[in-house]
Amino acid sequence: MQISKDKFQLVGTKISEAEKISKPSLSFWKDVFIRFRKNKLAMFGLVLLAILIFMAIFGPYMTEYDYATNDLTNKNQEPSSEHWFGTDDLGRDVFARTWEGARISIFIGVAAALIDLFIGVLWGGISGYKGGRTDEMMMRFADVLYGVPYLLLVILLMVVLGQGLGTMILAMTITGWINMARIVRGQVLSLKSQEYVLAAKTLGANTSRIMAKHLIPNSMAPILVTMTLTIPNAIFTEAFLSFIGLGLTPPLASWGTMANDGLPAIRYYPWRLFFPAIFISLTIFAFNVVGDGLRDALDPRLRK
Amino acid sequence: MAKYIGKRLLYMLISLWLIITATFFFMRIAPGNPFTSEKQLPPEIEANLNAHYGLDKPWYAQYGDYLLKVVKWDFGPSFKYKSQTVNDLISEGFPVSFILGMEAILLAVAFGLILGIIAALKHNKWQDYTAMIIAVAGISVPSFIMATFLQYFLAIKMGIFPVARFETFMHTILPALALASTPMAFIARLTRSSMLEVMSNDYIKTAKAKGLSQGVITVKHAIRNALLPVVTYMGPLTAGILTGSFVIERIFGIPGLGAHFVTSITNRDYTVIMGVTVFYSIILLASILLVDIAYGIIDPRIKLAGGKKGE
Amino acid sequence: MKKRLSIFFSMLLVLSMFLAACGGKGDTGSGEKGGDKDAGKSDVPQELSVNINTEPPSLHPGLAKDATSGTVLRQTFEGLTRIGEDGQPHEAAAEKIDISEDQKVYTFTLRDATWSNGDPVTAKDFEYAWKWALDPNNQSEYAYQLYYIQGAEDANLNGGSLDAVGVVAKDDKTLEVTLANPTPFFLELTAFYTYLPINSKIAEANPDWANDAGENYTSNGPFVMTEWSHSDKILLEKNEKYWDADTVKLTNIEMIMINDPNTELSMFDNGELDWAGAPTGALPTDAMQALKDEGRLVTKSIAGIYNYKFNTTEGPTANVNIRKALAHAINRQEVIDNILQGEQLPAMGIVPPSMFPENEKGYFPDNDVEKAKEFLQKGLEELGYKEASELPAIVLSYNTSEAHQKIAQAIQDMWKKNLGIEVTLENQEWAVYLDKVHSLDYQVARMGWLGDFNDAINFLEMYRDAEGGNNDTGWESKEFQDLLAKSATEGDHDARQQMLKDAEAIFMEDMPVLPIYFYTNNWVQAENLKDVVVSGLGDVQYKWAHFE
Repeated sequence: MQISKDKFQLVGTKISEAEKISKPSLSFWKDVFIRFRKNKLAMFGLVLLAILIFMAIFGPYMTEYDYATNDLTNKNQEPSSEHWFGTDDLGRDVFARTWEGARISIFIGVAAALIDLFIGVLWGGISGYKGGRTDEMMMRFADVLYGVPYLLLVILLMVVLGQGLGTMILAMTITGWINMARIVRGQVLSLKSQEYVLAAKTLGANTSRIMAKHLIPNSMAPILVTMTLTIPNAIFTEAFLSFIGLGLTPPLASWGTMANDGLPAIRYYPWRLFFPAIFISLTIFAFNVVGDGLRDALDPRLRK
Repeated sequence: MAKYIGKRLLYMLISLWLIITATFFFMRIAPGNPFTSEKQLPPEIEANLNAHYGLDKPWYAQYGDYLLKVVKWDFGPSFKYKSQTVNDLISEGFPVSFILGMEAILLAVAFGLILGIIAALKHNKWQDYTAMIIAVAGISVPSFIMATFLQYFLAIKMGIFPVARFETFMHTILPALALASTPMAFIARLTRSSMLEVMSNDYIKTAKAKGLSQGVITVKHAIRNALLPVVTYMGPLTAGILTGSFVIERIFGIPGLGAHFVTSITNRDYTVIMGVTVFYSIILLASILLVDIAYGIIDPRIKLAGGKKGE
Repeated sequence: MKKRLSIFFSMLLVLSMFLAACGGKGDTGSGEKGGDKDAGKSDVPQELSVNINTEPPSLHPGLAKDATSGTVLRQTFEGLTRIGEDGQPHEAAAEKIDISEDQKVYTFTLRDATWSNGDPVTAKDFEYAWKWALDPNNQSEYAYQLYYIQGAEDANLNGGSLDAVGVVAKDDKTLEVTLANPTPFFLELTAFYTYLPINSKIAEANPDWANDAGENYTSNGPFVMTEWSHSDKILLEKNEKYWDADTVKLTNIEMIMINDPNTELSMFDNGELDWAGAPTGALPTDAMQALKDEGRLVTKSIAGIYNYKFNTTEGPTANVNIRKALAHAINRQEVIDNILQGEQLPAMGIVPPSMFPENEKGYFPDNDVEKAKEFLQKGLEELGYKEASELPAIVLSYNTSEAHQKIAQAIQDMWKKNLGIEVTLENQEWAVYLDKVHSLDYQVARMGWLGDFNDAINFLEMYRDAEGGNNDTGWESKEFQDLLAKSATEGDHDARQQMLKDAEAIFMEDMPVLPIYFYTNNWVQAENLKDVVVSGLGDVQYKWAHFE
């Protein structure tokens, strides 16, 4: 076959074309979101969470019944068109209580997780990065707190300070942040000797820049995984405290107190256990799969 | 290594001392005392009781006495259970909690690892989703609800297991399952994520390129490295299972140490509160230390000495 | 090489855990017999399995001070008297009882009986036990149960001589007891656990004899304790040496310690227990209705009252009319039917009907809202308010518990609806709560009282003095004190009853306490289990129990 020169045409060089990148540029978070969206389970969790939060906000207004009003003549009613989730042993509407409980339980979980996150990242980050004596001192302090049996401390605090939402969150976070701090520290420790951090250091980046730009973002995956566990953990601890009689004061409802009230009713009035239990589980399920999805999406190594 | 461990042990002692001190004073702040009761005692008798147990002494004397006794591993008598010392309570209750805890940990680790490894190897396939749904479901149900369901369906409805108590092996299955469900799920997730991370590393790719089989790669390289986070988790897991078994012990009527944990506070049984706290703290601290040592052995990247400068 | 080592190390870790778990299991697994109870109908095993809820704090009669310990001691020991199936005290360790003219000297003649190790039961064993409890060095918290005996209080509290205490072993078989006052219920007290004998031979040699089952733990009752697994279970066996062994049918009793009403009922339904509920355990409230519908629930009233105490020293509750208004404005029957569901009796008096039968009706009708409003109006005027809404919110306190909380919520609702009074609820953990109530740091507070013995004085004397004891209200009345003092020396039964009745009337007129309901015991039991005796105080005895 003969190929003649005139079959080709010179187009010349266009600077603008040469600089063009064929794949649209994505910001880090956009990229994360795209990857997250592909994860069906995580998306399902996100939608579930959105619904739960929506119901926590508006649910109590959807029924004419109030979560705290007793109606002894209508106690232990099965779910019906009147009471969608039935009534409890004091005749209170379980639907109203469930969403009132959602508010409190989710609030406790999120509050505890945020406090843990804040203290933990600060503490672990500094400790891991500074290393040496500072690290030693900071981690010893954390160890001392960590050595205190968690539940015992929570119970002691609830007894000494009295029961209440504030005490409960305080009790949960007083040792809760340590886990976060340890994980952040471990992550920072192993990251700080990596080449790109050393390079940044050599280039003159200061501590806070290295922390903010390199160490923390690259530790994001374990931090998020830990957080998705802190929220359910806090919700669990609240439920546990209700179980041993140190929960919230009635008529306040949380899922923990409701589930605990419902436990003995499992044989006779199962809906009293079923609804709080299913919503605790769904919430925690949602937090977990969203966390998993986020972790996968955040981790550039898992990019396909 | 020996120097490192020695140093850690010293820190452990300091931690322990701080814990003892904090608990001691915390307890005294709490209102009520061991002899508060619905039917009030004549004040003379109460004074007599306080004198007998040394509660009439100034706090520093009580505190000093107590530290001295702890050094001698003598936690004193229980105020409530007149026939037992705190040492008795611990030596009778702990083995039960320990057996239950170990059974649960075994279950959790075994099934957690299997689920996690399967999920990672079959990443984004149906096996992955199934394993993760099982794992997440395990995490999602609070242990006391799980325990109640297990008890209700498997023991009461179907009659396969005894309802409660701790007599034979059959008795231990339900409580161990209930106790293991959450950590099992946690381990599965942990294993999966660290496996995935490890599998994307260059040395795995190198191994693949060298022509090693999938099985060999998984066993020789991936699992071993993926175990790291699981090992880290063993410390808190052990302590968590041992102390957190209270709920399970109560629902299944198991005479473990967990029960004393909460009731002693309600009873203001000072010596029991202290004894149990100190005991659990020792276990907790020891398991943290063990895990750190194990971690250092498994992961050559971590230097036990704590990375002295100029490494 | 290094890698190998680390794998080996981690394997070792897992393996050691596994071994530890297996090794431990062997301990619990072996040596246990399967307690199967489905043997043939012809020969029903006489083995009883009950739940006693918690570890008994002490099985030393002198140190015991709680219902659980009492339950065990009642089966293993025998006092001078024993409460019979008819609820009356009968001669037990004593064969004959002589009471002096002035009812202050009791002479007990002991029957021939032995301890479970063969030692004879002597009068000295009684004298020893009672004086042991009174000796301040022994820290008996229930020693005050013995204060009816002459010189006892003095010896226990004020350093009086133990030799001056009015209990003397005249010889091996004769015990002479001198009382401080004629005490019409003394023979009931001698069945109480603080009055039980102790094998003095063993106790003198071994002060820790009561710490565990075994050789040293000798008893003289229908059963002997053969095993005490702390916080787990207690095993009793029939005492072949018991003087009345022919009456005892049960061969074994297993008392397990399960502190969860749901589990207890589940075990019962699964055939693992022969009894669930009061007096040794508890039933879940949610099961009450269903058990009642199935016709399985057994209900028996006991001498005990659930009430709200008022702080009479300050705040709106210092006003008697406000107190009365609050007392009249609650619907006790509704609380009972809907929340408690245990057929309790509404209380409009303070002494249980088993002692004052008139109290089945009480001093005023239940749920008398009209009357309540009148009292409220009067009270408000006295306090200088025009309307109930001006009244500062009343704080209702209770110790943390599901049942108390529900009742408090219902009553909060009733006071609001019927009187327009705002009520805030406040709950504390038990020890904190007791501290507050005992120091009058409350407005309205829940309290219960279970009778120690079957006499009205037990429900009244705690209100004698504003200070100390279990008054907790700050209330005191000269008239009330005089009546109680007079009743203590009154020998005639009817006259004494009347004095106590009058004292109660004074009390109810001032209403320092708002009675709510009289307790009942509710339980379910195996169908073929017969003759378990539960007394009016809620004490259970298995001496006569048997399976058909």
